Amino acid sequence: MVFDRDGKSIAVLEDLNLDVSDGEFICVVGPSGCGKSTLLNLMGGFLSPTRGAITIDGEAVHGPDPRRILVFQERGVFPWLTVEGNIGFGLSRLSRTERGQRIAHYVQMMRLQGFEHTYPSDLSGGMKQRLQVARALAVNPDILYLDEPFGALDSVTRHLMRGELLRIWQAERRTIIFVTHDIDEAVQLADRVVVLSSRPARIEDVLAIDIPHPRSMSAPRYLELRDQLLNKIGLAYTV
Amino acid sequence: MNSLAKPAEWEKLFWPLLAAALLLALWHYSVVWTATKVFPSPLSVEKGLVQLIQKHVLWADIGDSLRRVALGFGLAAVVGIPLGLTLGWYPALNQVVNPVIQILRPISPIAWIPVAIIFFGVGDRPAVFLIFLSAFFPILVACVSGVANVPAIFRRAGRNFGLSRTQILARVVFPAALPQILIGLRIALGVAWLVVVAAEMIAVDSGLGYLVIDSRNSGKRYDLVVAAMLVIGLIGLTLDLGFRWLEKIRSVRWGFRHES
Repeated sequence: MVFDRDGKSIAVLEDLNLDVSDGEFICVVGPSGCGKSTLLNLMGGFLSPTRGAITIDGEAVHGPDPRRILVFQERGVFPWLTVEGNIGFGLSRLSRTERGQRIAHYVQMMRLQGFEHTYPSDLSGGMKQRLQVARALAVNPDILYLDEPFGALDSVTRHLMRGELLRIWQAERRTIIFVTHDIDEAVQLADRVVVLSSRPARIEDVLAIDIPHPRSMSAPRYLELRDQLLNKIGLAYTV
Repeated sequence: MNSLAKPAEWEKLFWPLLAAALLLALWHYSVVWTATKVFPSPLSVEKGLVQLIQKHVLWADIGDSLRRVALGFGLAAVVGIPLGLTLGWYPALNQVVNPVIQILRPISPIAWIPVAIIFFGVGDRPAVFLIFLSAFFPILVACVSGVANVPAIFRRAGRNFGLSRTQILARVVFPAALPQILIGLRIALGVAWLVVVAAEMIAVDSGLGYLVIDSRNSGKRYDLVVAAMLVIGLIGLTLDLGFRWLEKIRSVRWGFRHES
């Protein structure tokens, strides 16, 4: 992927090959500005690659599609709609009763009961992110792209949100590609962690996290993998 | 007094009333001490106001002024909002039209008076035209920048959920820009209320602007002039408060909070 800015070409992603299987939880880490978000935008169809291709189930990605939803770091929910309105945003093709059921299902799953008619400005940061995930899940996507979804939350809320996300992933088994800065987040969540190098980003390494859920943050294997990842990121930062 | 402490309920009413009373007193005694024969005291203005109400001309004049503002402002909104949304939606088109808008915008509607009379003669129509002009530009500019300022993240979410371009405009861009559009409408209504008075001093023989100029011309009744001015102020305030009340509607209130 090459960007043209002010007449200069900037190579952001280069020679990047990654296969993701159905239902897999992938975390992408790497130095800031390396192109993690660009990668998500390419996979989401918001950008077209300069060279190469993104294929999903053998089908090339051309443009955004409700089958794969991108969740933003913050301010992704629509402030002019209530919780119900946000969750139902992508459901206008459904009948009224179906839509109501779908909304009720995700209100419950995201523990937003009692806030159905609340506007986002009256929700906490964690609730807004839960709402954004609920809005994404409601259209029944195959893939969720999460761009540092918990990056703007405080550490306790972030920790709780990871638990919620794992619970939902285990219940609904969507493919999740999750961009983060946070090493612990990656080790807690992912089946595999993809480490990107600095720009132009290549895949520095792919680390399989072979610990079953729920993962203990003090287990020896957890700490071992965490250190490995830290070392690799350290390498990536110095490259 | 602690400036952080909330004022008591009675204080919220008491201090503004006291300020108003002091101002009235200053006005009254200035008239008394200078022994002016021309400028009216608050008491004679009050008598003038009662007279206007009893003669029933006041209600007709208020009605005429409000009707002209409603027509001119309504027309400006009907033309300005769709045009502003379109220009905001197509920045390339906006670049072409914007210089013309920026040249026309700072021209006071008052300067258009001769042109308005050539186009529309005398009567309601030139007045409505002037009000339309004065309200049109604030509405247009608010819509253009309202649409341009919609965060890209909202449009991307709209595209992600499979919305067509028209659906994105209707379901994402318009509601996202609505708070700014409302601000534009409120400014436009304020300007329209200023301009109706000026417009009624030239082309028509009714309305509050006409009442002001007619009270002066027919017998230098400055008590009636000032009474009419006060009525103009009060109605302007009411219109503005009405619009502020619109801003409290839940689906736009998010846009008027100062804290994020």
